[in-house]
Amino acid sequence: MGRVFLVGIELARAPSGSPIDEVAMLKRALLATVLVTAGWTGGAVAQTIYPLDRAEILSGSKFDLKVEFPGTVAADQLKVTIDGKDAAEVLGAKPEIVAKEDGHDLTAYWLRGVSLTTAGKVKVEASAGTEKKSVAWEVFDTPKGRVAKNVILFVGDGFSIAHRTAARIMSKGIVQGHFGGELAVDDMPYMALISTPGTDSIVTDSANAMSAYTTGHKTCVNALGIYCAKNKNTLDHPKVETIGELVKRKTGMALGVVTNSEIEDATPAGIVAHTRKRSDFNDIVEMFYDVKPDVIMGGGSPNFLPKSTPGSKRKDDVDYLKKFEEAGYAFVSTKTEMEKAVADGKSKILGLYNTGNIDGALDLKYLKKGSVSKFPDQPDVVDETKAAIATLSKNPNGFFLMVESARIDKYSHSLDPERALFDTIMLDNAVKYAKDFAAKNGDTMIIVVADHAHPVSIIGTYDDDRPGQTPREKLGTYADAKVPNYGPVDAEGYPTNIDVSRRIALEFGTTPDTCFNAKPFMDGENVPAVAGATPKTYVENPKNCERPGAVHITGNLPFDASSGVHSGDDVLLTAMGPGAEVFHGRLDNTRVFRAMATALGLAK
Amino acid sequence: MSDSLSGSTRIGITRRCFTAAWFAFAALPGSARAAAPTPLTFDTLYSEFGVRGLVFSPTVKASVGKPVSIIGYMAPPLMAEATFFVLTREPLAICPFCQSDADWPSDIVVVRLAGASPLVSAGTRVTVTGTLEVGTATDPDTGFVSQLRIVDAEYRRGP
Ligand SMILES: [Zn+2]
Repeated sequence: MGRVFLVGIELARAPSGSPIDEVAMLKRALLATVLVTAGWTGGAVAQTIYPLDRAEILSGSKFDLKVEFPGTVAADQLKVTIDGKDAAEVLGAKPEIVAKEDGHDLTAYWLRGVSLTTAGKVKVEASAGTEKKSVAWEVFDTPKGRVAKNVILFVGDGFSIAHRTAARIMSKGIVQGHFGGELAVDDMPYMALISTPGTDSIVTDSANAMSAYTTGHKTCVNALGIYCAKNKNTLDHPKVETIGELVKRKTGMALGVVTNSEIEDATPAGIVAHTRKRSDFNDIVEMFYDVKPDVIMGGGSPNFLPKSTPGSKRKDDVDYLKKFEEAGYAFVSTKTEMEKAVADGKSKILGLYNTGNIDGALDLKYLKKGSVSKFPDQPDVVDETKAAIATLSKNPNGFFLMVESARIDKYSHSLDPERALFDTIMLDNAVKYAKDFAAKNGDTMIIVVADHAHPVSIIGTYDDDRPGQTPREKLGTYADAKVPNYGPVDAEGYPTNIDVSRRIALEFGTTPDTCFNAKPFMDGENVPAVAGATPKTYVENPKNCERPGAVHITGNLPFDASSGVHSGDDVLLTAMGPGAEVFHGRLDNTRVFRAMATALGLAK
Repeated sequence: MSDSLSGSTRIGITRRCFTAAWFAFAALPGSARAAAPTPLTFDTLYSEFGVRGLVFSPTVKASVGKPVSIIGYMAPPLMAEATFFVLTREPLAICPFCQSDADWPSDIVVVRLAGASPLVSAGTRVTVTGTLEVGTATDPDTGFVSQLRIVDAEYRRGP
């Protein structure tokens, strides 16, 4: 597509005197290139088969097979086969055929909750009369059986290369080009480059990115645990089984989901959820309840409260705190209560520590901004990880734990470098704790990965000793960058002072219209832009324009963007422990699921 | 920068006109505006703000059905002209109505205007005056569930 884009630019810049037929020729060439590149075939819309072509399916895992036939097709004209045999017979399920499903001009064919148990390639063909369409799937086994007792999946949301490097500089220091130490996330024997695109776009969000890790299937933006079909109801799309469900259905292992975002947010939800729309928070709470992970920790309590309770965000009167308690969970709402529940030996803990996201490390530990005054006793991700491992590791059958440092992403959206970097250091501390735990028995697989990237880069330092007032005058590049002079680090590796005279210039590649002065946000998280008077437009936050030395930055994003966006860059994965040796080279994000399922022997 | 400066000048002028118009309207008899409104603030809406839910403050409880005023920021609206908007403590960068990964803060106030009115930028502080209503209610058009509302309301720019 890159070449096509360049041709387009050439066309736009062609001098007005260009011969017309030359332009027309270029246009035809451009159109032809677009058609070829996008793989258009023209003509009638073909049937769509879900799971899509090239799906890799864990042997024995459950999925919905759906085919959407365009138009109205009589039942006796529909044929769906697997390797030439009737799909319904092969899968042992009764097909459900829905004409004009959801009012669409299509006929839907469903086989729900089916599974395939013979490893190898299969060809699925759907035909309506003479119209044929086929896809190829690979069913994979886990032939070695279980090699890891425990799996801990760390997700640094939006955790990109520059976050990693900047956190290493901040936390370990740098002298004459040498770092003062290794980050725990770096010091691992296996590493791979992970590509993150979804079924609909080269750039993912945290929902379809996480879904690839938890199901082994790619899906589209905003979707979790499903393929994006044409269904209107967000909960009706064809489902694929999540690793949380597999672990609970097939093993006696304990399951834990830990984050510092709202627990209903995309990454933690990916362990349990099936929805086309990640914002279905109330349904996601119900899905957590259905799967019942043994440890559930994060923010986002309002979706657990009945609508009659002030502060609730539910639309019904179900009290999920009560329901979880009745199901044997200890409900805790502070770090102190959490630690007591662990000390009391509780085996099921629901910890909700904030109505929104748990505050990030910079606010929790140093600045006390955000919601720290309202929620003064919140655990950080490291505290949560310790509590989760202590609780889950009592299960003799082992455990699967997902830990997310969620706000690396959120603070990168809000163009707040120091907060994003503190939460990167927090992720590193949680990983260090898990590595120390794993070192005792050597039977734990640890994976540290981002779900997607942010367009961030280290371009030098902002140096207040340089003449002038504005960011461009303060920016030192190449030799002028020197090294930053953050305060000494504390016992947890956080710099004790970030508002220093020479700071890392961690730049964000995308912005809305905003005001910028290259200084840390000591009074609370940056709000780069606010909604304008015209719907779906955003303007610079006027408060930022009053900061000393602030300059106006003209945004490079669409006008409806209020903050920075994700990038489609590959991300880094590091790993250790049994089963981790498969991580090398470049891998699709779906292979993270495959590696975990293989290490746990989840097939059949 | 020049854009934002001329923007604030415009807001200044509009505010004076708007304030005058509001006083004229406020002088009209009939609605709950007969008594001076009790000023509420986001800091005093709740006596308890916790994970298990919020508890309305005694001031809020005593003001139910009575005229109140509160200063906040208008959240990104659904439509340019509306009779319903969400008032937030801080300007909201995210738009929970327009983007799926954004969520409302817990301490929002739903404002139902007495009539359709052009809405303003989320960066602009507004003072809302109207009758306080508490308890669960679902907006019939959007399905939006709220606990704390100012109804039959009007607003003006600025504190
Ligand atoms: Zn994000």
